[in-house]
Amino acid sequence: MSSIKEFFASRLGIISVGLFIGVFASLLQYWGNPGNMGICVACFERDIAGAVGLHRAAVVQYLRPEILGFVLGALISAYAFKEFRPRAGSAPIVRFILGMIAMIGALVFLGCPWRAVLRLAGGDGNAIFGLLGLAAGIGIGALFFKAGYNLGRNQKEYPSVGWLFPLIILGLLALRLIFPQIPGQDKNGILFYSLKGPGAMHAALIISLVVGLAVGVVAQRSRFCTMGAFRDLYLFRQLHLLSGLIALLVAAFVTNLILNQFHPGFVGQPVAHTMELWNFMGMVVAGLAFALAGGCPGRQLFMAGEGDGDAGVFVLGMIVGAAVSHNFGLASSPKGVGPHGIAGVIICMIALLFIGFTMRQKA
Amino acid sequence: MSEQVDARGLSCPQPVLMTMEKLKTLNQGELVVLVDTDTSRENVSRAAASLGWQVKEVQPVGDEYRITLQKG
Repeated sequence: MSSIKEFFASRLGIISVGLFIGVFASLLQYWGNPGNMGICVACFERDIAGAVGLHRAAVVQYLRPEILGFVLGALISAYAFKEFRPRAGSAPIVRFILGMIAMIGALVFLGCPWRAVLRLAGGDGNAIFGLLGLAAGIGIGALFFKAGYNLGRNQKEYPSVGWLFPLIILGLLALRLIFPQIPGQDKNGILFYSLKGPGAMHAALIISLVVGLAVGVVAQRSRFCTMGAFRDLYLFRQLHLLSGLIALLVAAFVTNLILNQFHPGFVGQPVAHTMELWNFMGMVVAGLAFALAGGCPGRQLFMAGEGDGDAGVFVLGMIVGAAVSHNFGLASSPKGVGPHGIAGVIICMIALLFIGFTMRQKA
Repeated sequence: MSEQVDARGLSCPQPVLMTMEKLKTLNQGELVVLVDTDTSRENVSRAAASLGWQVKEVQPVGDEYRITLQKG
């Protein structure tokens, strides 16, 4: 076991994990997931919010098994390697708000950092502006860290505290099995499904779940994090996590070429718009929120699987944020930003600056 | 008695920030860092190595780790 541990902590380990995620994300598109959306933590959590009826955007309702797999894979890995650490209590309400804001920003761009990279790997030039925004947002976050920003210590908790979020995930999996999609129907029992749009595009349940579990295991082991990739570069001049992210990009690009999924351009890209300023600004907001919360949306799922209740609160914030985003007209569509998307970005930015400036330890 | 950084309960990047700040002021000698997750253990060890410090010992204490860093 210890040699496996060492491998995943090494440079080669993180690169292997990036390659693995990149290849399988592209394959998931080939197997049925939406274009340049083999894996998108933000989009998929938004689809889950739709599946349980928190918002009623008909085209994005599907209880994505990949997300369930991420958490359960991380849980299995954490137990297998004796790393399950039930912990919570580090400014949970702030983490909830950061999760909401992260989702609102990501849905203005239309994707989490993983999808930003996957969009680029599929030839979507608009993703460049999103990635620049992400880098800028995390850069602002790094400045806050240098200025003493800190959400404070968590505490050891009962094992059951660490289990609550994985139990919610198991509950969602049970719902998905009890109420599968009936062809041509937009609802079965309490779950909503999409008949058209990205929510109607998905790989088979078992494929999505198995890939999700595998990604959950390797990502938990390697601490793969797209936000940490930039943050560690800014704060510590470290390339460790960034090398994993670059490996993901290269692997997805090559796999896309092989599968004939690479279509370079700006206009008409799948689930994307061309309002570049807002592609940029959406990800500035999301990137800063991830930085202040200590992890990209994927990493938050893996930490939640390790027993981190605060990461679980962040994820719940993201899911509620998705509902707010669609109910209030903040989310973008291929036509461009939503009717109140720009106002949403501005308000979120003000809230982030408030959090960043006020939650500092005095030196 | 060597210098000590208590980063228990803090999540990344705090443990690394605290350790690096201390290492820079110490320049050489010995520093003990207390962490409570494997992620922090790995990150602190990696960061120390990048500043030319050696990880002398990683001692598990219950669920936590006591990392001894050394230079000079």
